[in-house]
Amino acid sequence: MRITRAVMKKIIPWLFLTPVIIFIILSWVAPVALTLYLGFTDLSIKNFLAFIRDFFTPEVHITLENFEKIFFGGDPYLPEVLKITIIYVVSVLAINAFYSLILSISIAYFLKHDYLSLFLRVSWLLPRITPGVIYALMWNWFIDPRYGMLNTLLSLAGIPKEMLPQSWLLDKPYSQILMIMVNGYIGASFGMIVYTAAIKSIPPDLINAALVDGANEFQVARHIIIPLLKWPIFFVVAWQTLSLLASYEQILLIWGAGGGGGYAGIARAAGVMVWALYSYSKAFSEYQYGYASAISVVLVVVGIALILIYFKLFGFSRLMAPSKVEV
Amino acid sequence: MVKVVLKEVSKYFGKVRAVDNLNLEIKDGEFVALLGPSGCGKTTTLLMIAGIYKPTKGRIYFDNEDITDLPPKDRNIGMVFQSYALYPHMTVYNNIAFPLKLKKTPKHVIHEKVVKVARLLRIDNLLDRKPSQLSGGQQQRVALARALVKEPDVLLLDEPLSNLDAKLRIYMRAELKRLQKELKVTTIYVTHDQVEAMSMADRIAVMNQGKLQQYAEPNILYDKPANIFVAGFIGNPPMNFIEGSIMEVNGEYYFDSGVFKLKIHRSLGEMISSKTEEAILGFRPEHIKLVTTKAPNAIKGIVYVVEPLGRDMVVNIKVNDTIIKALASPEIQLTPGQQIYIILDERKIHFFNKSTGEAIV
Ligand SMILES: Nc1ncnc2c1ncn2[C@@H]1O[C@H](COP(=O)(O)OP(=O)(O)OP(=O)(O)O)[C@@H](O)[C@H]1O
Ligand SMILES: [Mg+2]
Repeated sequence: MRITRAVMKKIIPWLFLTPVIIFIILSWVAPVALTLYLGFTDLSIKNFLAFIRDFFTPEVHITLENFEKIFFGGDPYLPEVLKITIIYVVSVLAINAFYSLILSISIAYFLKHDYLSLFLRVSWLLPRITPGVIYALMWNWFIDPRYGMLNTLLSLAGIPKEMLPQSWLLDKPYSQILMIMVNGYIGASFGMIVYTAAIKSIPPDLINAALVDGANEFQVARHIIIPLLKWPIFFVVAWQTLSLLASYEQILLIWGAGGGGGYAGIARAAGVMVWALYSYSKAFSEYQYGYASAISVVLVVVGIALILIYFKLFGFSRLMAPSKVEV
Repeated sequence: MVKVVLKEVSKYFGKVRAVDNLNLEIKDGEFVALLGPSGCGKTTTLLMIAGIYKPTKGRIYFDNEDITDLPPKDRNIGMVFQSYALYPHMTVYNNIAFPLKLKKTPKHVIHEKVVKVARLLRIDNLLDRKPSQLSGGQQQRVALARALVKEPDVLLLDEPLSNLDAKLRIYMRAELKRLQKELKVTTIYVTHDQVEAMSMADRIAVMNQGKLQQYAEPNILYDKPANIFVAGFIGNPPMNFIEGSIMEVNGEYYFDSGVFKLKIHRSLGEMISSKTEEAILGFRPEHIKLVTTKAPNAIKGIVYVVEPLGRDMVVNIKVNDTIIKALASPEIQLTPGQQIYIILDERKIHFFNKSTGEAIV
């Protein structure tokens, strides 16, 4: 059989895409399907062994109980988790999408010194290129009430001793502030990469024209730079909400290091139990696999709904061009 | 409405001397054209006057007030950028209104002024559009409207008409000139186009490689170019140049190119030879008389190519290895290969010092 050029042209892209598609199926579609299935079961430590031996074991029952528990108040702690998750996502998002915007404009525009600007940009990248475990450890040292630098620095800054927490890890709301700082510092670098690239791609003549038209530096930022960053801002907000909703690694790494009742207990006591971590702890410290899966399913559904809303609002193709400046 | 003075202004970008020791005075209400080839520092000069670039050296004055360190917003300048620099996220209306909004002008005054200037520039039907929906020429007029609307003291125009079609360009030239005279706004106008500069400007500053070559009225640039660069840059087709030396034979002076000898007036010859031995002879194509029969003190050549231009024609004449361009009326019948004689009017020839390029007469 002769394969024509046209056919080859159609086949070759798929040939290259196949490994990726297989990878996506194995790493995303399959787990989601499995989670979805488990969400409708009563899988727990009691029937786990049987389930491992036989996927279709009669000991695992199909049930709606998990979702009833989530939506009809069967889990009294869940509203608290929801509240913490919202605080977490909204505040870290504020840092990652908006505080990082202010930082980027300061670094890439107000700061006329090129090398200093480069240095600052790199220093904000440090947490992102530091391995997560080391980053968490550094925070643990930093916040240690006796040996850490944080309390020392704060008292040097004139904050009275009584206002400093005994333990940054455990005392609310300090623990929650810590949670936001830890994640905000990492996440801000993402927005900064996108924003500084976009700011640097604004034609200098536009800014010069605004200056000649009578704008001061702040008016340039407000009337020219920020409106031109509309799409990068939308992109960062969309991307960050989704990744924040599903993230819990840093919280787990920092609050999971404590002894005693295990990370689940500590995170709960510290008020840093976000939705994704709650699911994780239900599964791996309380072994309620079915219920944990149901919690995750809710997260996946919320995530997909958000993606659809974002695509609808901002247009798919525009979101796919991250550093686009509207010129 | 101010006088603009640049005193020994230089701007270096690393090793590049974009502007080098520029002295320029633009009178109150004057229309000055900055003319020069690409990369000669025209835009850089404007941006220094606007306050975007700080001069590496030198000072800039508006009406005797040193404004070198004043930020752009306090200079009340209107500028049209070479790239137009319209704000892509604003409508045409908001683009034009932007300088007024920054001045906190009342809304209804803004509206009046925007509509008025838009009508003047024939863009009043485009006010709702975004810049990306405009043609190059329309964008240029919006940029012009934005510069004019704030009633600036100094108007800086960086090739504001380069993208218009020939007809609109001629209309806009006249309109701009009329407007400038009416508003009496001190204007600096950057262009590559010598016809534009000659027809619009009160005075023209010719620049090359960051240096001012000559600053004078258009007819003086044409009649008395200060050096070989200006002579070659102004005029189309450009001036003919022939290298040679001045020699004296029995009290008579000749310009000797090696191929032909041109007798010149004694006083002229003495003056040139007192300054240099090696000289360059320059004459404009339009100052050449062509005859078909031998004449005294005429240069013999051969017709090479004839380019008809409608009203006139450009005759390329080969004199040994040099091509000389002459402007002639199409009545003379010329065929390539034909012998021809060039007669020069001594009052309209130029001599330049070969080593410095400076004009001698
Ligand atoms: N920001 C800059 N950094 C470095 N070099 C520059 C910069 N701006 C201009 N130059 C250089 O300075 C010289 C003058 O540039 P300028 O833009 O003033 O030329 P111009 O006369 O406006 O040319 P054109 O007619 O092409 O617009 C050029 O050699 C240019 O490469
Ligand atoms: Mg230029």
